[in-house]
Amino acid sequence: MSLLNYFKRTKPNTARLAKERLQILVAHERSARNQPSYLPELQKELMAVIKKYVQVNQDDISINYESDDDQETLELNIVLPEHD
Amino acid sequence: MARIIVVTSGKGGVGKTTTSAAIAMGLAKKGHKTAVIDFDVGLRNLDLILGCERRVVYDFVNVINDEATLNQALIKDKRCDKLFVLPASQTRDKDALTVEGVGKVLNELKKTFKYIVCDSPAGIERGAHLAMYFADDAFVVTNPEVSSVRDSDRMLGILSSKSQRAEKAETPIKEYLLLTRYNPARVKLGEMLSVDDVQDILSLHLLGVIPESQAVLNASNSGTPVILDDASDAGQAYADIVDRYLGEDTPHRFIDEEKKGLFGRLFRS
Ligand SMILES: Nc1ncnc2c1ncn2[C@@H]1O[C@H](COP(=O)(O)OP(=O)(O)O)[C@@H](O)[C@H]1O
Ligand SMILES: [Mg+2]
Repeated sequence: MSLLNYFKRTKPNTARLAKERLQILVAHERSARNQPSYLPELQKELMAVIKKYVQVNQDDISINYESDDDQETLELNIVLPEHD
Repeated sequence: MARIIVVTSGKGGVGKTTTSAAIAMGLAKKGHKTAVIDFDVGLRNLDLILGCERRVVYDFVNVINDEATLNQALIKDKRCDKLFVLPASQTRDKDALTVEGVGKVLNELKKTFKYIVCDSPAGIERGAHLAMYFADDAFVVTNPEVSSVRDSDRMLGILSSKSQRAEKAETPIKEYLLLTRYNPARVKLGEMLSVDDVQDILSLHLLGVIPESQAVLNASNSGTPVILDDASDAGQAYADIVDRYLGEDTPHRFIDEEKKGLFGRLFRS
């Protein structure tokens, strides 16, 4: 390490790291709390219906709720098993 | 019209009680009849910070249960005759506070007081919920630290969904940010979240920044709200906050490191 680098070396900026982590976490928690309360129940029932027809795992179904100023969307994603 | 202010945070130890005592005294000193209520059932402390602990006879729960009248329970401050304190009960019964009971006391206070400051306990349980339930304004006390910021955001979610104003679909509670225990030197070194960082995350109306200050401990040692120490940085910061809340356009201070003279700059570590 050059002498110049030695003097320029700064401690890692932990505040920046804290901010990045918080931004992700807070965005996640905010979207979770804005979800309609029926969502978990809906997910369970959908799962039961789908399982009647295809063999899927819990992880293969995801429900995403998003809302902005003018619309709310519910996105249902089912990964179907591969054919043998 | 009376206004109910809740001083809240989610996280404990961030400065809610310090803030409640300071702003209640500040509002009272400005001539507004102010009551400050300790909602921390079982952990009464506001009386100590305000220096009236030896004058407590009746408490909040006694009034709710009609064991005392409001006038019997309210303690008039010795330094400012516009300030009254309603101490918390020391009962261990966590159900001592009820929505009806708290509502009844607040409604009675509203008849004669201009400001009612509710010092919330930590957490998101009953006491914290009831402290914010009837509020018109919320002072969200936050430290520039990850868990405090996160808890403040959770509290914002609760304010906007679980308050009376939310339930009745009235104008929402006005939310203000009070960033406390701020250390500009550490912010400059990249060791502490800055005001802007916290604002980027919470996007609230910033009422003021309270620096980390020796004056706060001195004030609590002597039972004097720190706002009465008007030579101190924290005292001045709280006075600014009261002015801003009352609508004055006071420039923000204590955000940047105090400029040191040449001597200070040469020897700064
Ligand atoms: N600006 C500040 N500078 C230094 N210490 C502070 C400051 N604000 C609060 N404190 C200290 O932090 C501790 C917790 O404060 P308190 O007001 O009781 O928090 P809370 O009511 O949120 O639990 C106390 O010891 C208090 O003296
Ligand atoms: Mg407290």
